[in-house]
Amino acid sequence: MQNLQKITPRNIDQKEYFYGHKACAGCGCALAVRLALKVIGEGAFSILPAGCMSAVGFIYPQMAFVNNSMISTFPGAASLASGVAAGNKALKREGSKTVVFAGDGGTADIGIQALSGMIDRDDDVLYICYDNEAYMNTGIQKSGLTPFGAKTTTTPAGENLRGTQTAKKQLFEIIAAHNIKYAATASIGYYQDYINKVQKAISIKGATFIHVAASCPTGWGTPTETSVEIMKEAVDCGLWFLAEYENHKFTLNKDPKAFGSIADYIKAQGRFKHLTDDDIVSIEKSRDELWERMRKNWK
Amino acid sequence: MKLDNSKKLFVSGDEAVALGVRLARPHVISAYPITPQTIVVERLSEMTEDKSLDADFMHVESEHSALSAAMGVSAVGARAFTATSSQGLLYMAEVLSYCSGGRYPVVMMNANRALALPWSIFGDQSDSLLLLGSGWIQCYVEDAQEALDMMIQAYKIAEHPRVLTPFMVNLDGFILTHTYELVDVPLQSEVDEFLPPFTTPNKMSLENPMNLGFSSTPADNLEFKYQQHKAMLDSLPVIEEVDAEFGDKFGRYYGGVLESYQTDDAELVMITVGTITGTTRVVVDKLRDAGKKVGLIKLRYLRPMPEEALVEAIADAKAVGVIDKDISFGHEGTIFTNVNSALSKSNLNPKKHNFICGMGGRNISKNDIIEMYQLLEDSVNGKDIPAVKFINLNTCISEKE
Amino acid sequence: MKKTKDMLSQDGNRPVQQEFPKRNHISEYPTGPGFTAGHLAEINAGWRVFKPVIDLEKCIACYKCYMVCPDGVIFKQGEKEVAVDYDYCKGCGVCAHECPVKAITMIKDERD
Repeated sequence: MQNLQKITPRNIDQKEYFYGHKACAGCGCALAVRLALKVIGEGAFSILPAGCMSAVGFIYPQMAFVNNSMISTFPGAASLASGVAAGNKALKREGSKTVVFAGDGGTADIGIQALSGMIDRDDDVLYICYDNEAYMNTGIQKSGLTPFGAKTTTTPAGENLRGTQTAKKQLFEIIAAHNIKYAATASIGYYQDYINKVQKAISIKGATFIHVAASCPTGWGTPTETSVEIMKEAVDCGLWFLAEYENHKFTLNKDPKAFGSIADYIKAQGRFKHLTDDDIVSIEKSRDELWERMRKNWK
Repeated sequence: MKLDNSKKLFVSGDEAVALGVRLARPHVISAYPITPQTIVVERLSEMTEDKSLDADFMHVESEHSALSAAMGVSAVGARAFTATSSQGLLYMAEVLSYCSGGRYPVVMMNANRALALPWSIFGDQSDSLLLLGSGWIQCYVEDAQEALDMMIQAYKIAEHPRVLTPFMVNLDGFILTHTYELVDVPLQSEVDEFLPPFTTPNKMSLENPMNLGFSSTPADNLEFKYQQHKAMLDSLPVIEEVDAEFGDKFGRYYGGVLESYQTDDAELVMITVGTITGTTRVVVDKLRDAGKKVGLIKLRYLRPMPEEALVEAIADAKAVGVIDKDISFGHEGTIFTNVNSALSKSNLNPKKHNFICGMGGRNISKNDIIEMYQLLEDSVNGKDIPAVKFINLNTCISEKE
Repeated sequence: MKKTKDMLSQDGNRPVQQEFPKRNHISEYPTGPGFTAGHLAEINAGWRVFKPVIDLEKCIACYKCYMVCPDGVIFKQGEKEVAVDYDYCKGCGVCAHECPVKAITMIKDERD
């Protein structure tokens, strides 16, 4: 692979490509889309399935994408992107790069079949999953990437159930199991790491994937100003991780000696307000199991 | 089997489709296999392998993705083809309305096949008729030659600047897809003269970035829907023009939206869609020999619905029969509903009868069609004939023992 | 129809609001739901209760605010300055919260 110049706040493209959109104030996903497009640049053909970013970005006549962009069907983001990439290739359109921005439900649930096909064919598409851990656009319903304990409008916290009773799917490993050329996890709390992963992904011809954790103040019950900070805390407390998969190998990019406090991370968010100390202990236990496995196998 | 560029070839309906598609030079083919469409995609794969077709064959993992990808190809201004059948068509139903609403002129071949349940791989027209309202132009062909020719015409009509609407060419499963006929294969150079490269204002490009597939509030949504409807109506004269031009160039004219056969003085007119036309034509000849004033209208298009041409063709018929290889359960055959609607808006008031037959691959014989004409005659003579009648059921359906 | 490049700010880095008159005839609609990328008919300032004010004396030009803004409304200006496009700032406060030298203050927006 070629040597890539590190992207920093000083040298990043000053053009804005996602602008004037109607995302909620403090939207972490809007930041994930905005930063990725600043790395990819004006040759980006972005494809967005139903979800927050398509809902807030394309309300005629308010066209918030400065680059070529298109809304896909909900299950069809990856397949539409494959078609766009194939069409651009057939027309010999040099300098174009197809990128998907899909949410957690659009990726791990309804869109996973088309995504699997796209990776299988190694189509020249970067697929970015912005994960805010529920179907936020429809009003905060549980997805396959909603974490254990989170309260959503379809996993209410009451006397009998305390929010979501299942764990997040291991999406990153599902993607890696396709023997994809490059996959990574990222967080908008570590945006420098994220943008350079985007750069790395687009330097590779073929299917690549980035799973970026992005906050949702509306759905999580957090103050709008903490949207970036809370995604840093998610990584620091070990409930999210920064990793890469390439050449059939996993790498942990960040392996903290000591984790930040899960209790602090959880108690800052309305969606976890109902959790008991016992619940927090059980979340810590699952975190430790995950990290034990990652540390053992991914080094 | 390799399909070379000979002038005459003995091929199946599916192979004729592949030959027609090759001549139309699509940039990308994305398709998922389903009986009885498979031969189309097998031949097209071979053509891309042997480089007789310079196209990218995308091995998608479902029909939903097949059309979704084809739409992406069209959205950047390249030419796309897909093909499917039955359950596959229904699986891509979401994308059908997406593609038509987006005004992406994708061309698709559909092998008409029964819908489950019960499972059946055999032919009827329930699949495409269920999706008449999906915003696609729907054409039904009678034989392999027409199938080949319509693949070429389809792109020209769909991509016309006044139309920009996706196009579905329907072939009866097995009866046409798997039956071999001698076809005349046009020369590539002549097809290139007939079918210009695809251009559209509605595409993403580096020179002129666009945001496509946007959402529209109630303030504008109805205008976009009107525009889509208008484009479909505007395709009616385009269909006529293109078929006439095709006739001039290649010597085969299909009558535009419909073909009338022996209707001038006909009192009993049967309306057919697809391959059953061939059998009905033979029956018409036979009954004419016996002195019966019978005729036939082959409806080539169901969307746009050629109401004016149909009413004109029916003219002074005393009874009209509609053969439906489908039924909208609890109502009647879908073609019948559409024909009835056209008649109700006209001054014509013939007796109208719907014959439900051929579903799930049940054979429709010449005798069945003779029976249908007899029922029309009985109706004209005042006999009480049900408006909707199943033909060639194998068992008694009377409630009485 | 204007092209995207004709709808940008002077420095060419952001789209700016465009006039969008009411359509009187169906022919004024695009063919299908597709429109010029970056065409903005509205501003978002009305969403805001507080607005960020940058104290350039304190600012160390680390550009963190520029990087973390979900709306991209903070932009580089001159050699070592940042400024805010108040037409599109929603007042979320991420910039002020993340500023390492507390150079950004959120103040009540006194717009009408």
